[in-house]
Amino acid sequence: MRDGKPADQRPLVVVAKEKNAIVIVAVDNTAARASLESGIPLANARMVCPELNVVDEDKAADTQTLNAVADWCARFTPLVALDPPYGLFLDITGCAHLFGGERNMLTDICHSLRRQNFIVNAAIASTQVCARTMTRAVSSAIVPHGEEKAAVSSLPLFALGANEETIRGLRRAGLKTIGDVAARESHEISARFGAGFTALLQQALGQGDTPISPRKPVPDYVFEKRFPEPIATDAVIASTLDLLSHMLIAAMEKGGKGARRLEASFFRTDGAVSSIMVEAGRPVTQTRTVARLFREKLDALSDPIDPGFGFDLIRLSASHIELVVQEQRDLDAHAQDNDEIAALIDRITARIGKNRVLVYLPQDSHIPERAAIVAPAQHHLVAAQESNWTDRVGGEPPLRPLRMFGMPEQVEVPFAAVPDGPPARFVWRRTLHVVARVEGPERIAMEWWRRKEQIFTRDYFRIEDSNGQRFWLYRDGFYGSEILSNDSKPASPKWFMHGVFA
Amino acid sequence: MISARVSTLATLRKALVRLETTRSPEAGRVRLGHDEADMVLQGGLACAALHEVFAEGRFSATATGFVASVARRIADHRAILWIRQDFAARQAGDLAMTGFAELGLDPRRIVVVFAKNAEMALRIAADGVACRGVGVVVAEIWGETKAFDLVASRKLTLACSESGVTCLMLRLAATPRASTAETRWVVSAAPSPSVAEWEAWGEPVFNVQLVRNRHGSTGQWIMKWVCDECIFSESAIRQSPAHSQSLVASFTDRPDQTFAYARRQAG
Repeated sequence: MRDGKPADQRPLVVVAKEKNAIVIVAVDNTAARASLESGIPLANARMVCPELNVVDEDKAADTQTLNAVADWCARFTPLVALDPPYGLFLDITGCAHLFGGERNMLTDICHSLRRQNFIVNAAIASTQVCARTMTRAVSSAIVPHGEEKAAVSSLPLFALGANEETIRGLRRAGLKTIGDVAARESHEISARFGAGFTALLQQALGQGDTPISPRKPVPDYVFEKRFPEPIATDAVIASTLDLLSHMLIAAMEKGGKGARRLEASFFRTDGAVSSIMVEAGRPVTQTRTVARLFREKLDALSDPIDPGFGFDLIRLSASHIELVVQEQRDLDAHAQDNDEIAALIDRITARIGKNRVLVYLPQDSHIPERAAIVAPAQHHLVAAQESNWTDRVGGEPPLRPLRMFGMPEQVEVPFAAVPDGPPARFVWRRTLHVVARVEGPERIAMEWWRRKEQIFTRDYFRIEDSNGQRFWLYRDGFYGSEILSNDSKPASPKWFMHGVFA
Repeated sequence: MISARVSTLATLRKALVRLETTRSPEAGRVRLGHDEADMVLQGGLACAALHEVFAEGRFSATATGFVASVARRIADHRAILWIRQDFAARQAGDLAMTGFAELGLDPRRIVVVFAKNAEMALRIAADGVACRGVGVVVAEIWGETKAFDLVASRKLTLACSESGVTCLMLRLAATPRASTAETRWVVSAAPSPSVAEWEAWGEPVFNVQLVRNRHGSTGQWIMKWVCDECIFSESAIRQSPAHSQSLVASFTDRPDQTFAYARRQAG
């Protein structure tokens, strides 16, 4: 909980609606001194202390704050997991020595967070449940391996984090501390409260552990640079990124690997973390490619990363690692062209997003608008280049339009020569077109298996008007059988402009 | 002393070579196939240059067809980077690859970029023409834009000549303005030539006007795109009686359907 400094000295309480009653869910120190606590209805609290500063609970903001803190914690270990609503797990296996041991690391984390006005309880233990149990009771603790039982035994039951019902049941049975419960035979507890609770208890006692589920996948390579003095100038940031990418590329080169996804994280001194991610269609193996992709991305940001009071840690991580096959390129101009295009696509994608740089993939559908789909070029370039389009029939003029409207536009047809024939003239976009030539109909039945309701069959006509413009019009539905008015007489059909030919 | 002189000479020679290659009019021209037009263009459309194609909004599909055909001539089997503005798609319809394939372009070689506005389209076009792997960059921009001024076109022209990539600007619903384009075309639709009655629907025909040509004269032609051979050719202008062709007579491309239709009408 962020312990803000309210301008007034009134006790601050956060309230939420629970079962139609407004109940306190959090209190500050002043309120706690006035013997208010969470769970008390607001009306009762006002009786105790009429001068209350009441704030509504904002769960979204809480989650956001927790995520921001989790981002910040990524400077200590890549494995950070959320424990909502107010907790974080950090897997610091093999990390502590980088921060001068567990004790120093713990103090470091607590100090930094307290400086940002958070109230922190932290504990280090062999299992996550044990550590969490400790944080519920003490403000800072390190439980050495093998001493979990001794550490948690004297703690009250609620610290376990089991559900309310279980705790109440245990209390009624006269078991008040974790030690009390641990002294019982485990099968007794299981029989009454289920195996889940027994497992929780075992973990709190340091036996057996479940791995944490980190928020982000662990990158394959991480390189970072810490600054004793925060840095803020673009030049230093750029040169740091350069240095890190050199280190990264050198490390990847040893394994003959390249990365498809790169992420640069900037840790600000005040705790804010901003990350920039770039992706590449092909594994990146060169420093200048890394630099160029990041530059494109940074240039395109509408709000460039704000150094504030400066960054004290810049990290470059690489994931989606792929083996790079060394191909012979010199003689094969085609392969070289492809490489350059892939690089171009990466650069444009870094700037404007992958959903704007696209390739077309053919689809096995006879419905004109479903004949092709677009897919991000970055990921589907090879698939697109190897796709099979139906070959054009030699000698045939184009049968499909060059430009198609996403939503077919309705046209007004004053009258058709015959009810199911082509129109003689039509109005499209407020212009009258006089039909000079027609070919059709080409009847396209819709895919009836896709949707429940009836979809009309379309009769397509290729039409050339007196100017030489060529259109692809269709009439929605069979005349007389599908298009019926209310009294089941044939109604006048609707005509749509679906595309335009060259 | 001598070595210094030799190196100066070498640099001068290099500079001269560079100047000559950019100036040479014969280098890198692609024949369109339309003889008169090719003659005016001194052998064909110049590669590694900027060309503009203008069209009224209502002829946008026609202009798209012309640009696509020209791009096919120049790019051959290399990739085409087609940058289209979102607004153009809303006005003129989205690119339909089945139609492109029927014109003779290979959809597999087309990478399309959806640009939010003209500025973005031009910036990406500048990136595209700097990439030697691309055959042709097409930038499709709807309406008037201030972004494409003399400076922008000069930049594109220079980048084109440096990399050898050809840039085609497809300007829909826009009026020509001063630019450094090698050629400028105005395209509109032309009626299909009068053909036998059983051929109702012909190959794409363009009414093409060459309004600016930096290295030659201008002209106006009716061109037909031969989809099978991927080349332009002369097209006879349709005779006037064709206009009054009856609807029924022109239904004749597909015999089975036509007969069915005729029968329905008769009965």
